Amino acid sequence: MAVLELINISKHFGAIQAVSDVSISIEAGEVVGLMGDNGAGKSTLVKMIAGNFRPSHGSMRMDGTELNLHKPVEARQHGIEIVYQDLALCNNLTAAANVFLGRELRRGFGPFRILDYATMYRRAGQIFAELKSETRPRDLVKQMSGGQRQAVAIARTRLSEAKIVLMDEPTAAISVRQIAEVLNLIRHLRDQGIAVVLISHRMPDVFDVADRVIVMRRGRKVADKRIEASSPEEVTGLITGAIEQVV
Amino acid sequence: MAITLDQTIGQKQQSWLSEKLASQTFWVLVAVVLACIFLSFATDSFATSKNLYNITRNVTFVAIIALGMTLVIITGGIDLSVGSVLCLCSMILGVVMHAGYSIEVGIAASIATALAVGAFHGLLIAYIGMPPFVVTLGTLSIARSLAMVASGNTVVFQFGPDHDKLLALGGGAWLFGIANPVLYMIVLALLTGFVLRWTKFGRHVYAIGGNEHAATLTGVPVKPIKVAVYMISSLSAGIAGIIQTGWLGAITTNIGTGLELQVIAAAVIGGAALAGGVGTAFGALVGAALIEVIRNSLGLLGINAFWQGCFIGGAILLAVLFDRLRKFRQSD
Repeated sequence: MAVLELINISKHFGAIQAVSDVSISIEAGEVVGLMGDNGAGKSTLVKMIAGNFRPSHGSMRMDGTELNLHKPVEARQHGIEIVYQDLALCNNLTAAANVFLGRELRRGFGPFRILDYATMYRRAGQIFAELKSETRPRDLVKQMSGGQRQAVAIARTRLSEAKIVLMDEPTAAISVRQIAEVLNLIRHLRDQGIAVVLISHRMPDVFDVADRVIVMRRGRKVADKRIEASSPEEVTGLITGAIEQVV
Repeated sequence: MAITLDQTIGQKQQSWLSEKLASQTFWVLVAVVLACIFLSFATDSFATSKNLYNITRNVTFVAIIALGMTLVIITGGIDLSVGSVLCLCSMILGVVMHAGYSIEVGIAASIATALAVGAFHGLLIAYIGMPPFVVTLGTLSIARSLAMVASGNTVVFQFGPDHDKLLALGGGAWLFGIANPVLYMIVLALLTGFVLRWTKFGRHVYAIGGNEHAATLTGVPVKPIKVAVYMISSLSAGIAGIIQTGWLGAITTNIGTGLELQVIAAAVIGGAALAGGVGTAFGALVGAALIEVIRNSLGLLGINAFWQGCFIGGAILLAVLFDRLRKFRQSD
């Protein structure tokens, strides 16, 4: 059964039709590459799933039940985690502090509750180990490489029982070696049965890691097929409009 | 060799000592200690109990407000109104007590005023999105004007039935001859330090200063925390005002004029970064101490008081310059 289903979703801002009549179904443990040119409607689509925007028409279902999101926090409560393009990290805090940002663990009782540093360091360390990342919990994010920063942002999604992780351009602006690191992180998420939606401009990454590719153009879904049934040339054609649509 | 998880978790980028050596606060503290040692030998009057009593007491008013200011600065904001808020809160205390109410009522009115001003700042800054500089510049003017209105621009020096209690509150020294204001300062500093280091609120204050957008996205209640931080800043000014009133025994409408700059200087010298995300309670005390030691020593060394501004300004520039140079080296 599909983890997340979008049924005939549309979104318009005034007269601008950002997303029109898109239906997508995502299975558990599946990596879906979401591609399209700037302004194709990818971000709008993702923001609807993340609870930033409400769809103008259509509905979303999570595990078969209707999903109505008003705020990003609600998406998180439903097991939808987002790794933002700018990663939403605080440079002045440690890796562990960033992982637990907004969800800090505390000990004590009633009003006398203090931050539980030991448990947060331990838990963050375990998550980094699970992700096979060399990131250390006590290090300041300021001094980290792009790949490590990605690991910190991805580690956040492992705090709760996430069912689906949306990643917005995780491989933009990082080095080749770090891209390999991030793609490995995505595979680890998939191996744990988590669905990953990878929004990317980089063809090699999508063809490397994704099981399925969805292409959007001018707010419409123009392709949705298994990665082995497609090719970078075809996807490029779909993105630019050289190929109108494939079924 | 395999590295265990515990080793990874325990590993830090720097040892405790190198971390301390790298902090601006530490070097400012060294400067304060060296200055004190030098002054003890260079002058006969520095290391006397009377002078030390004076220094520690004078430091407190700037230091207490610098604690609140440090919180604001960590979030990336600024509060220019503290000098005027101190004046307004003192005046409210004075006027209420002069009218025959008890000291409890006076202090309650004074604190309520401080919290109201802080909440006003916070609402305009966090919810309306006005720049902190402009908002607090506005109340810098408004609060002092209100103090003049409340008092009719007169000097208040009679505080009704609880007159003596108020003077004892600010002027007494019940523990080993340490001035009361110093005790208040130590308690407040410990409290601030605890909140910053050990509470969720403190963690969020740093997060907002580090990356406000990230804090919002991760579900940190950014707006309420900003309001709280400005309320704490005004509250610290109010508390300093109450203590100072008890110490001076009289209130004029020009007390606290220009105090905001001294307070900001103390916070910055102590290591708070105006860009946000960095600062400590201990730093605020050390910064305030350095300023007071400079002021005091110039007097004792017989240097013309007109030079004071140059020395304090120089200390601000030096402290921040040191920090810059260290970071240049790190980034190489």
